[in-house]
Amino acid sequence: MSMKIGEEPFHARVKSGIDNSFMRGAVAGAQERLHARRLKAAAELGNWEEWRALGEEIRQHTLANLDFYLFQLSENVAKRGGHVFFAQTAEEASQYILDVAMEKQAKKIVKSKSMVTEEIQLNAVLEKAGCEVIETDLGEYILQMDDHDPPSHIVAPALHKNKEQIRDVFRQKLAYDKTEKPEELALHARQTLRREYLSADIGITGCNFAIAESGSITLVTNEGNADLVTALPKTQITVMGMERIVPTFAEMEVLVSLLTRSAVGQKLTSYITVLTGPRHLEEVDGPEEFHLVIVDNGRSNILGTEFQPVLQCIRCAACVNVCPVYRHIGGHSYGSIYSGPIGAVLSPLLGGYDDYKELPYASTLCAACTEACPVKIPLHELLHKHRQVIVEQEGRAPISEKLAMKAFGLGAASTTFYKLGSKMAPSVLNPFTTNERISKGPGPLKAWTAIREFPAPEKERFRDWFHHRKKAGDQP
Amino acid sequence: MKRGRIHRREAFLNQVAERLGRKAYATNVQAPQWRHQPQWTVFQGYSEDDLLEVLKTQCAAIHTDVFETNKEQLPLTLQKVVSRYGGGPVVTWNDPRFAEYGLSHLLYHHWRNSGIHVHIWDPSLGAVNITEAEQANIGITFSDITLAESGTVVLFSDRGKGRTVSFLPQNYICIIPKSTIVPRMTQAAFYIHQQVKAGKEVASCINFITGPSNSADIEMNLVVGVHGPVKAAYVVVADG
Repeated sequence: MSMKIGEEPFHARVKSGIDNSFMRGAVAGAQERLHARRLKAAAELGNWEEWRALGEEIRQHTLANLDFYLFQLSENVAKRGGHVFFAQTAEEASQYILDVAMEKQAKKIVKSKSMVTEEIQLNAVLEKAGCEVIETDLGEYILQMDDHDPPSHIVAPALHKNKEQIRDVFRQKLAYDKTEKPEELALHARQTLRREYLSADIGITGCNFAIAESGSITLVTNEGNADLVTALPKTQITVMGMERIVPTFAEMEVLVSLLTRSAVGQKLTSYITVLTGPRHLEEVDGPEEFHLVIVDNGRSNILGTEFQPVLQCIRCAACVNVCPVYRHIGGHSYGSIYSGPIGAVLSPLLGGYDDYKELPYASTLCAACTEACPVKIPLHELLHKHRQVIVEQEGRAPISEKLAMKAFGLGAASTTFYKLGSKMAPSVLNPFTTNERISKGPGPLKAWTAIREFPAPEKERFRDWFHHRKKAGDQP
Repeated sequence: MKRGRIHRREAFLNQVAERLGRKAYATNVQAPQWRHQPQWTVFQGYSEDDLLEVLKTQCAAIHTDVFETNKEQLPLTLQKVVSRYGGGPVVTWNDPRFAEYGLSHLLYHHWRNSGIHVHIWDPSLGAVNITEAEQANIGITFSDITLAESGTVVLFSDRGKGRTVSFLPQNYICIIPKSTIVPRMTQAAFYIHQQVKAGKEVASCINFITGPSNSADIEMNLVVGVHGPVKAAYVVVADG
């Protein structure tokens, strides 16, 4: 499946994540900072719950009428002289974009950040055909220069790298001779990429929100790269997952307000850019030709099922930034470009259980994700639903989960075993316990605690406590 | 404008409709009145002066300098701000407001006579405009709508209003007529929505710009000035 990153099995990925102490420190720090900024931005509004309710209502209505809004969008894009391609599969989408590139005899293509083009593996297709493809978002650019290291966070793709590593990549690949200061690194990228924007044949973007009423697309960035990608090359191609749409400008505004606050705690990012069709005849900058590629790639199979709410997602990563499991294992462990709680729900749906059956178990079901979501996706409930589907219909819970359940079943079924087991537990598990949590458990707990903590057994068993309590004659 | 092509729509939309439990895709839906509308209550009842205070406070958070002036003083203020950011070359929109606000002399004579290169956007020159913008130290535009809450200027592209004037130069200065300030993005979006409903064409590019470009992609350190301008300043003009 194309959204897959790497071939290592889940527990091997988790182990390398947990052993990467820089990454874990960076993730923890980023989570704390982004979390605090989101809470502050939400608090400033004062009535955040009302905003979330509005966001949810807009997304639910749009999904329930997705066929109409996509129809309206395509009509309005065409009216403004843009071309629309509806792609049911990743291959159809990439092939159409490749056809446009070939027709334009494009040699150089600049891109601004887009998850869906990662999902359809567009860069590989274009590069195979001989095009030079350049990512311009700073984080994506760093990853591309580092031999296509995969992204580890939806909003901050290079979160797992430190500045010294980035400096070394720039030295090797970009003739960089300055220090690891972020300002100097960013300036070098600015200077290098300027030349690329000005000489590129095609600009490719993702799409945060398409606006059905006007045939527009909205891009949300801080760096200004999407604006140069769309202002300078002669041809613009925008790729969108089919659910990334709103009815009118009024709803776009609400969702942008929710997105920027939830993603980075900003009231608005530096650039919210709304583009409609190619440029007018008398305009000098902007594309002469505009193509919109609308991608299904498994999304329609989610519609009409109990998993439909996952399509409400606006890709803010607020759920990622509060997830205790993501904090431990990092983005690469998910084996998908979509990581964190949203990735654990979405990846099995788009990529199948064969590759992603472990992800719904990479969760403590603590519901922090659901609480953080600005459009109220019941993420932890959907993770639980995945587990039900995996166990009931597919009969293939991860082996460790099965063993744990079997052992628990054995122990719990016999009174003697249960008594003995629950008595021994505190001392047996003591070496693995810190602060009343077990984070590196033995035996069947090993696989469990590799990705989540397990509460340490109480020193006093419930049975003993109940017995003593009754004897002491406490009030109930 | 020549209508664009639409490929493979029928099968795609019918699949979506089928999943949603319909026989054929819907061709007419009205968005409902949303039950919650918290966006309209933000800064409700604020005066122009109140909103200006909100804007100024927010500008501190977005690394943007604010200069206040009036119509009479505007040429002098702009001249000072430009030299503060290192002078020319300067690129500006070709926008009638420059004349309305008494800036023609500064643009067409004063700067040019004092050795500051000024390029005024001219569609008839084609790609020369982009080269000029790329080499400019400062780009100057007016704000069409200004959002107090976020410290945002809204720019509608047009023949004389090139997109890259606010992106390619090293520094960006936006002149904000005080009367363009509204509470937040809600009012701007509503205005554009009304235009669309009335059958008017929206600008090919609408930019909501909030301060200079920035990135936190390297170890979550904020770097101000990435692909777009490195510095941004707003000149607010009392025009009441």
